Amino acid sequence: MPSHTGFPRTNASGIALPTGLYDPAYEHDSCGVGFVARITAEPDHSIVEHAVSVLVNLEHRGAIGGDKSTGDGAGLLLQIPDTFFRYGCRDLSFSLPPRGQYAAGLVFLPTDADLADRCVNTLERHAREEGCPVLGWRQVPVNADTLGELARLTRPSIRQCFLSRGSFDGAALERKLYVIRRLAEKEVRSFSDCDASQFYIPSLSSRTIVYKGLLTGSQLTTFFPDLRDPSFASAFAVVHQRYSTNTLPTWHLAHPFRFLAHNGEINTLRGNINRMRSREAMIESELFGADLEKIKPVILEEGSDSAIFDNALELLVMAGRSLPHAMMMMVPEAFGPKFHMSEDKRAFYEYHSAIMEPWDGPAALVFSDGRYIGATLDRNGLRPARYTITRDGMIVMASETGVMDFPASQIFQKGRLQPGKMFLVDLEQKRIVPDNEIKSRISRQRPYRHWVKDNRIEMRGLFNPPEIPQENPEVLVTRQIAFGYTEEDLKMVIAPMASQGQEAVGSMGDDSALAVLSNRPQLLFSYFKQLFAQVTNPPIDPLREELVMSLRSFVGRAKNLLSETPEHCRMLKLPHPVLTPEDMARLRNASVPEVIARDIDILFPADGDGKALASALTSVFVLAEKYIKEGATFLILTDRNMDAGRAPIPSLLAISGLHHHLIRRGIRTQASIIIETGEAREVMHYALLVGYGANGVCPYIAFSTVRNLAETGLLEKPLLPGEAIDAYVTAVKKGLLKTMSKMGISTLRSYVGAQIFEAVGLGRKLTDKYFCGTASRISGIGLNEIAAETRARHRRAYEGDGNANRLLDPGGLFQVRVDGEKHLWSPEAIYKLQHSVRTGGYRVFKEYTALIDDQSKDRATLRSLFRFREGKPVPIDEVEPVESITRRFVTAAMSYGSISTEVHETIALAMNRLGGRSNCGEGGEDPARSLPLPNGDSLRSRTRQVASGRFGVTTEYLIHADELQIKMAQGAKPGEGGQLPGHKVSAEIARVRHTTPGVTLISPPPHHDIYSIEDLAQLIYDLKCVNPQANVSVKLVSSVGVGTVAAGVAKAKADLVLISGHDGGTGASPLTSIKHAGLPWELGLAETQQALIFNRLRDRIRVQTDGQLKTGRDLAIAALMGAEEFGFGTTVLVTLGCVLMRKCHLNTCPVGVATQDPVLRARFAGKPEYVENFFRFIAQELREYMAVLGFRTVDEMVGRVDMLEVQPAIDHGKVQGLDFSALLLPAGLEGDAPRRRVRSQEHELEKSLDNELIRIAMPALEKGQPVDIEMPIRNVHRTVGAMLSGEVTRRFGSKGLPENTIRISFAGSAGQSLGAFLAPGITIRVIGDANDYLAKGMSGGRITIVPPPEAGFLPHRNVIAGNVVLYGATGGELYLYGTAGERFAVRNSGAKAVVEGLGDHGCEYMTGGVVVVLGPTGNNFAAGMSGGVAYVYDESELFDTRCNLDMVDVETVWTAEDEKQLRVMIENHFRFTGSTRAKTILDNWESRLPLFVKVMPVDYRKVLERMHLEEYRDDETVSATEEVYRG
Amino acid sequence: MVKPTGFLEYPQEKPPYRPVEERIHDYQEVEQFLPKDRLEIQAARCMDCGIPYCHAFGCPVVNRIPEWNDMVYRKQWRKALALLHATCNLPEITGRVCPAPCEDACTLSINLPPVTIRHIELQIVEMGWQEGWIRPEPAHRKTGRKVGVIGSGPAGLAAAQQLARKGHEVVVFEKAYRVGGLLRYGIPDFKLEKWVIDRRLEQMRAEGVVFETGVNAGTDISVKYLGRTFDAIVIAAGATVPRDLPVPGRELPGIHYAMDFLTQQNMLIGGEALPEGGRITARDKHVVVIGGGDTGSDCVGTSRRQGAREIHQLELLPMPPAERTVHNPWPTWPVIMRTSSSQEEGCTRLWSVSTKEFLGSRNGVEKLRCVRIEWPEPDGNGRSTFREIPGSEFELEADLVLLAMGFVHVEHGPLVRDLGLETDARGNLVVDSGLMTTAPGVFAAGDAMVGASLVVRAIDLGRKAAAGVDRYLVKS
Repeated sequence: MPSHTGFPRTNASGIALPTGLYDPAYEHDSCGVGFVARITAEPDHSIVEHAVSVLVNLEHRGAIGGDKSTGDGAGLLLQIPDTFFRYGCRDLSFSLPPRGQYAAGLVFLPTDADLADRCVNTLERHAREEGCPVLGWRQVPVNADTLGELARLTRPSIRQCFLSRGSFDGAALERKLYVIRRLAEKEVRSFSDCDASQFYIPSLSSRTIVYKGLLTGSQLTTFFPDLRDPSFASAFAVVHQRYSTNTLPTWHLAHPFRFLAHNGEINTLRGNINRMRSREAMIESELFGADLEKIKPVILEEGSDSAIFDNALELLVMAGRSLPHAMMMMVPEAFGPKFHMSEDKRAFYEYHSAIMEPWDGPAALVFSDGRYIGATLDRNGLRPARYTITRDGMIVMASETGVMDFPASQIFQKGRLQPGKMFLVDLEQKRIVPDNEIKSRISRQRPYRHWVKDNRIEMRGLFNPPEIPQENPEVLVTRQIAFGYTEEDLKMVIAPMASQGQEAVGSMGDDSALAVLSNRPQLLFSYFKQLFAQVTNPPIDPLREELVMSLRSFVGRAKNLLSETPEHCRMLKLPHPVLTPEDMARLRNASVPEVIARDIDILFPADGDGKALASALTSVFVLAEKYIKEGATFLILTDRNMDAGRAPIPSLLAISGLHHHLIRRGIRTQASIIIETGEAREVMHYALLVGYGANGVCPYIAFSTVRNLAETGLLEKPLLPGEAIDAYVTAVKKGLLKTMSKMGISTLRSYVGAQIFEAVGLGRKLTDKYFCGTASRISGIGLNEIAAETRARHRRAYEGDGNANRLLDPGGLFQVRVDGEKHLWSPEAIYKLQHSVRTGGYRVFKEYTALIDDQSKDRATLRSLFRFREGKPVPIDEVEPVESITRRFVTAAMSYGSISTEVHETIALAMNRLGGRSNCGEGGEDPARSLPLPNGDSLRSRTRQVASGRFGVTTEYLIHADELQIKMAQGAKPGEGGQLPGHKVSAEIARVRHTTPGVTLISPPPHHDIYSIEDLAQLIYDLKCVNPQANVSVKLVSSVGVGTVAAGVAKAKADLVLISGHDGGTGASPLTSIKHAGLPWELGLAETQQALIFNRLRDRIRVQTDGQLKTGRDLAIAALMGAEEFGFGTTVLVTLGCVLMRKCHLNTCPVGVATQDPVLRARFAGKPEYVENFFRFIAQELREYMAVLGFRTVDEMVGRVDMLEVQPAIDHGKVQGLDFSALLLPAGLEGDAPRRRVRSQEHELEKSLDNELIRIAMPALEKGQPVDIEMPIRNVHRTVGAMLSGEVTRRFGSKGLPENTIRISFAGSAGQSLGAFLAPGITIRVIGDANDYLAKGMSGGRITIVPPPEAGFLPHRNVIAGNVVLYGATGGELYLYGTAGERFAVRNSGAKAVVEGLGDHGCEYMTGGVVVVLGPTGNNFAAGMSGGVAYVYDESELFDTRCNLDMVDVETVWTAEDEKQLRVMIENHFRFTGSTRAKTILDNWESRLPLFVKVMPVDYRKVLERMHLEEYRDDETVSATEEVYRG
Repeated sequence: MVKPTGFLEYPQEKPPYRPVEERIHDYQEVEQFLPKDRLEIQAARCMDCGIPYCHAFGCPVVNRIPEWNDMVYRKQWRKALALLHATCNLPEITGRVCPAPCEDACTLSINLPPVTIRHIELQIVEMGWQEGWIRPEPAHRKTGRKVGVIGSGPAGLAAAQQLARKGHEVVVFEKAYRVGGLLRYGIPDFKLEKWVIDRRLEQMRAEGVVFETGVNAGTDISVKYLGRTFDAIVIAAGATVPRDLPVPGRELPGIHYAMDFLTQQNMLIGGEALPEGGRITARDKHVVVIGGGDTGSDCVGTSRRQGAREIHQLELLPMPPAERTVHNPWPTWPVIMRTSSSQEEGCTRLWSVSTKEFLGSRNGVEKLRCVRIEWPEPDGNGRSTFREIPGSEFELEADLVLLAMGFVHVEHGPLVRDLGLETDARGNLVVDSGLMTTAPGVFAAGDAMVGASLVVRAIDLGRKAAAGVDRYLVKS
């Protein structure tokens, strides 16, 4: 076992046990996946060979760990190789029954022989007892020579066992084998005297067998010689190559599992597990009969998400549903009203949504039960899946095209799997079953449509209550106070929601105290932080891709999971989880037998302590059980009956506690829980209540408050109370969608109870009991403190009862209030800092840092609780000088756009003088700034950001960077894209960003080329190629599991990883995101340092941190915890005059910092010297700490966490329960493990095909002579053309070379990112096809892709390019003689393209350029399109149903100008591709032209018109938020 | 915030003053009200800052300024009033006399004229009075505890009102004939007409506060009596001991402390009988006011109204710059050249002048012998001591000299002595964080504990002392 000091403990199977902050539970995986099959269903060894070659060709999608030869896992799922067993392997000591009459399994056994025997005996006994005795065993030969160290250390002994079928057959046999396996697994797991964790049965079946291990794809056949045996034959093979974002993957967790291999992630896992556990108690199956008990528990929680998914799938299939049916249940496609689909299918999904929630997350799933082999994509289609079918019946499906070579003439069809669609091969019927056939058959196998129509219950059908009487204002105030309402809640939270129908937007970071450090009573909600997707799974886009999301749910009592009856959908359908008081009355008075609601008060004695609270909770639980037993189907938890003597139990505690209690009792699904609470008011509250199990929320005080605000005229506009309440509910709904989307969850059904939160400052005993499964890594408060905080509010409320003029507490969370929440930025701190940098006074600077550092009275940060241990001081002049320290300083990404030119340039200038790096943020940079100024100064931003909007990311932009930063998340709004309000988009900014002035710019929540870790590795590689000199950094936000992600980032070969604190600033972000998402950097940095050291990756990546870094002490702590570099945002702005107005989003910054208004910009009074002074001061202060601690260099200091300890004798009660031992775990301090970066990544750029291209293109690069290049290309050749383009741009600037100077002709399947950042002058022609990310960031040149002339298929029905083509392109031309995948031309801002058909979300977020589509498009075309033009050839006349009309108009092509543009582009298309379709259209121009529609963004047109009139007025543009949420 | 661009659209408009020619002939308030519609626009200039420096740095009572600005702009005057009263007991007074450090801390004042916060405050509260929204707010429950408050200046009044609203029985002792202390007797009517105070006192009486005037605590009633009668005592007796100028000739007639002069005028207007010793008047006199502060200005304005022939105002410090220096950054109080309404009415101001001697006869002072001084660059601690400029001596004609050089500390009389209260080096009462003095149950508030300061600070300290008393009484 790995036993290096400082490395985490593992058990024998290599599963790491939690150590420090690093917990293997946060492992994620993503991968390459696919299958190879032959329709004729004849087993053949060539299939195995093909499968292995597919695996090898996908190897770049997997990962290699810290020891360089341990893969993250690879494997195959195959048919039982009967011939091989019978004849091929000579070591079988027994005779096999005839083909199909026996079962075989691969078994991982402990390396300890005795223990292995025990496991073997266990399995044999159960097999015997269940009637399928073991026939014999075979030691599987393995060759461990090539294994990596980690793989070797944890390698199990591998045997195969063979079982007699006994009296069972077919499905019954499989069921029995399942039972045997479960029994054996359960018993071995119960061994308490030894570590039998290596025992694992990858497969046990009469149909299929799995070979897998902790291997790379190319190691698989070396390791398992069986697979090389010519007699080893199978008709199909499912392949998988794993990329875990962590290098301690295990043998067990390699894919495939028994039924499937998965590329993706299940984001809703926690909720799915919990619900499966509660369903378990109620399942019944005729097929299983009494055996059902033997398999429970169904879910093995220590598995990965994929393994757990497999567990659930296995149950459904074994209990009688077909594999496709079960997949449709678990991963339903979107069936919202915007989708055209058959009523039967819609009903199928609706019916099943009452039975099972989606297992939601990005997923490409390949599955097989031996008869069916298939694949499906999740509804968002965020994982690629391409297939090729040959004329002789071979089918290859994989994450990429080109993984197997076929002669072009052999190819029958090339296609791709679309979002939510399924692809199936039926080996029995020997044919491919298309999606519509599979689904129509399944959705008509029972009368689901009638069942749903006849049974579903709707709220409006229940009972119509009389008007609910209004709360009187005096009572309202008392209740508001008791529930902790503040004036700020009214003004900044509720009023905007009720006025605008959406959450308010704010700006700057969060400098207030963490809830557990605050001296003021906090709502329990405030102790939680939202998790969010970064890297391993993409967030969903709730604005532009809302159609895949849903807030609908079925509530009431769930029925047996394993059967299907009409009664299953006899449940109440809720359109969304926010219930009005009227709804509550309907529920309570319902006369439908399925709706039986019972009230449970959630109150405790007003003077009660933690004990009283606990016993009140227990009574709630007891009562709930009793009501359920009596038949209640709805439990209403209510605090409505609060009075002077009884205080409300925090609603979240009540709901989560009851939810988990009922899960433990196995009766959670027997009733829905509705919470009626006065507490809930902001989006985060609803998100938490639902996320911890509430099926519905009635925020009655929030409703009364909205009503009261409307009646007293305190809303932002005059609204009737009813209108205001509607708007408020809309805001909550939008907020919920946003919260779900940040975690990549599409439906409320799977969000309920998904617990995508982590707690900061809640005691472990508390979370274990009431919030099971929630991370709370520094422990903290318990019921006593919660009771005390509730009591404090309650007392204040009832003290002055009856005075309607009473004011609420001021709040002070968003804006400083003296009696409110503590903020680090106080007026004194601001002016002292400004004063010190302006006058050069270090003494004043020390006064400033003293103000920040001394938090002894009011604490705000975790680090305030630390202190330094005593070191051996060194004289300060021996400490490295200020000048060398300032090189470690960087400024945070602040775009030109969010801040003014003056500020942007001042910061760059100052950082360049200091030797640090400024970061240009997302928004491009004027190329002129790359030239030095006459005096030697430079305005160039050395760090340049690549964010999801790709604004201004041209080849030239990239090559002028010293560092390229991929922004995965931003502290102020992790999981969301940026936004620049239209009024800040000046003509100049629009020019640099390649957009249109005055049009709001939204960056998508995900990078559309990063849906997984292997995609991130790909983007890193792309950027490295285009600018090999630049370091690539990845910006992450601190959250639980960030260390695991950072390890993945290190494996993806980033040179630097930035761990941002949640408290970082922003120019505009919803308040919930600023406040409630992400964690302080202390936690993230510590976890990252630990994870990198444990995974032996720390040596190759620099670590940077930022987030409210303000003083030398902050830096010293960050360095000790592992940071080598330090980032500063807000603080730098303050030195330049920022006074924390928090009005950046309004463009009204009065000091000219965060504004584009020329009048205000003129007021900017900052100077570069101020920034320089600041950085010198803070470096000096750091030196002082270094001298005292005894460090001469920062390098020595990095990671010396042993020099930190927790301050003793902290008086503040809440802080006492905190436990920092995990945070301050001295990782890697003993032994010689590097604690900082000591070597560089091996980028392997020398292997790039571009080296060859550059060599051949030398005459062009040196003399501008035309060059022709011809060569074959394969999918493993990635990012072809980028390095060459970098070279062209470096030599010739952004104009590049004259057209066609370098002409390259490829034949084959191009790998990902072909033509990325292509420069003008380069022409690429591919005969074959291309993968994802074609022409990403294209800046010029031309790409043409045509099928091979001998290909037998119809080009316009053939998929020729993958997903996300032309992402962020700024120029150039693209001609595709075939169709492309999802998100074609997303965020295109200048390229021209012609394509013959598209998947979903075409031209999304486009801001410029022209796209011509000569065929059908998928759904959601032009979502968020704010510029450019698209022409679509709409033969079916259904285009407008597929187009997202929120921002665009659809019209005919009628102006001569448009017609000419269109015709020229089609002519070009014909010229370059010879497209017959283009030819037909051109030949019949008069009759075909009317079939074209022009898609024109509304705002774009307005702006163009205005520009024509030269009458552009700033204030007419819509505000960012209006536009964001329009509709 | 409804109007994010208000500050860009509307220029500052200050409340108008009555014309000099008119106002120097009476004692009525100089400042007038801005019409309501224009005031509401002024409130829209508020930027609703993330850090409201006005509130968090400028205002000693931490008025929730952005919140009530917003309410005024939205015509929610009643809510504005509630917000205003949440932090200040006497906004109609601070609205008139406060030097408004909030306005100098206003974020706008970095590079634009600030929001006219003080005037908005004044109009909010005056609207409240006018509309009858300001009513007594007696406590719901009486605690049965008794608190004696000594002194009825701003600190005493604020403390008394806060305590009464907490349900304590409060008696305020005032040695003068009428309630109000410095507010009534120190501030001239042209800044604060006295009915303003009476209006508030009426509310306080209705809330249960009892005022005992003409009672000098410690003298007329003994400390023992106080201790017996009250569960707690708040000393809000002000810092009434004036700073003297001990130079030759100080004993000459015609040299008075400013407060004596101002008090007389206020008593006259209030219809009170003057104390023995005759009236101090500036009529037809050459008046020299020594001290350039607010009290000095009040003396200038009062002298002008009394018909002074000529008025000089002397200041030891150099003339401040017109704008902030780099060492006097926003949002700190700007030491800049200011001209009060009284100074505007006519007087000669002299800077960097030190008075060496008063010259005159038994009939009275006739001249001042002064010298010009210079202030060297401050030392490391920011301190500087002046030097006389040799040969710069000059004389100034004067037959009335008013000493307005500030106050040293609370009177160290029988009250302080008999209670055995400790004082600090400056002579102020020593208190703990709850504003309790060294004697258990005895609290101090206002100038008595910090030395002479602003009315608004006195109100704040009165409130804090009341909170301290309340905690003390609840605990004991």
